[in-house]
Amino acid sequence: MSIVQRMAPDTPLLQVDGLTKRYGARIGCADVSFDLWPGEVLGIVGESGSGKSTLLSCLAGHQPTDAGRIRFDGRDVLAMSETERRRLARTDWAYVHQNPRDGLRMGVSAGGNVGERLMAVGARNYGDIRGKALDWLGRVEIAADRIDDRPRAFSGGMQQRLQIARNLVTGPRLVFMDEPTGGLDVSVQARLLDLLRGLVRDLGLSVIIVTHDLAVVRLLADRLMVMKSGRVVEQGLTDQVLDDPQHAYTQLLVSSVLQV
Amino acid sequence: MIRIENLSKGFTLYNQGGAVIQVMAGACLTVNPGECVGLVGQSGAGKSTLMRMVYGNYLAAGGSILVGELEVTRAEPRQIIALRRQTLGYVSQFLRVVPRVPTLEVVAEPLLQLGLQVPEARARAADLLARLNIPERLWSLSPTTFSGGEQQRVNIARGFAHPYPALLLDEPTASLDATNRAVVLALIEEAKARGAAILGIFHDEGARAQVCDRLVDVTAFTLGAAA
Repeated sequence: MSIVQRMAPDTPLLQVDGLTKRYGARIGCADVSFDLWPGEVLGIVGESGSGKSTLLSCLAGHQPTDAGRIRFDGRDVLAMSETERRRLARTDWAYVHQNPRDGLRMGVSAGGNVGERLMAVGARNYGDIRGKALDWLGRVEIAADRIDDRPRAFSGGMQQRLQIARNLVTGPRLVFMDEPTGGLDVSVQARLLDLLRGLVRDLGLSVIIVTHDLAVVRLLADRLMVMKSGRVVEQGLTDQVLDDPQHAYTQLLVSSVLQV
Repeated sequence: MIRIENLSKGFTLYNQGGAVIQVMAGACLTVNPGECVGLVGQSGAGKSTLMRMVYGNYLAAGGSILVGELEVTRAEPRQIIALRRQTLGYVSQFLRVVPRVPTLEVVAEPLLQLGLQVPEARARAADLLARLNIPERLWSLSPTTFSGGEQQRVNIARGFAHPYPALLLDEPTASLDATNRAVVLALIEEAKARGAAILGIFHDEGARAQVCDRLVDVTAFTLGAAA
């Protein structure tokens, strides 16, 4: 059997060190440190208000941080100019919102939503852009004859898949996801999870996914970080953290899940 | 291939008054390439716990687990992930999959993770499913709706898709009929013949007698016995 070994590169894609965000006297997240390697999926779980969404938005540069360091591909993200950081957000990074309405332009056609991202990074040939948009709609299982429809006419699951196509068309290396399966029916969730797993595997994406759904991280994440009151209380291999939790809070979280 | 030394394990149950349960101490065993070692001991003695520690699913309290070159007890998550992809297979008692993914894809997935091309991975998956008597008309369906025995066979096909140098088998012949039991035992014999080191739990005494070269009684590693 011929096996092309996927060698893990020797440097992390993202290095986070002591990241802290305060809202006045209140802690958003405190002293968060981790490395993310190429091709790795990191899940962040915790109850509402645990700081997981704050952490994600600080990492993605959506809000300023008070202390700490973020390095992407060896470059200091927090020391970058606004222009540089925007370029990074358009090319190497992608952000999938929980609500597709926050990540899509609802008044623009499906093809336009995908093509717009390409034009933002300099694509100008209409035929190429439309061709690439069609290819991506296919990859996220949206029929080609829907390319001129607006997302408003799509179901929630389709809107979410369109948002993913719009985000991935520019070939990012790091994808932030905030509860991507949040508002969807279980049957639609399963399809989306399968799609995401395939894309992560085939494109070698690194992903940071915030969710409160432990079943989602078990199926999608290689590693897991558990947050409580703005701090990371436990992190490790996903199935190890879920099956042999070492921290009192993680044990409570895992034992509170209803069995179906 | 697998070397366990002085391994210990306890669970602290914070939500039940912080009770500490010591389940294992002083566990030692070795599995050489081409050898199948069976774990025995009554239910609750720690057979599955030991196996889960080897897989990196449970953390060890102390001691050492070497699988190939990797010290599992001190490995980084990404080292364990690489070990599981390339070196160490695990057939658990229960199949856990993304709902709606076709059976053929479920079995081919470990090969795709290793970078095999889709046609090659699917062909290998199809061979194993056919050999394990899963009717072809079921291959395009998700195994979540299958019977217990069918799910177990899908799980085995997935576990044997890649020729792992080391394998953990948790009751691989449970809930199988005589024909399929024979197929699974043949797969185990073939894996041994190509040099795989296998650590297994078999309640089925006939299966144990057929494939195991040695038995290790984990009761010797439980605290009462060690003291």
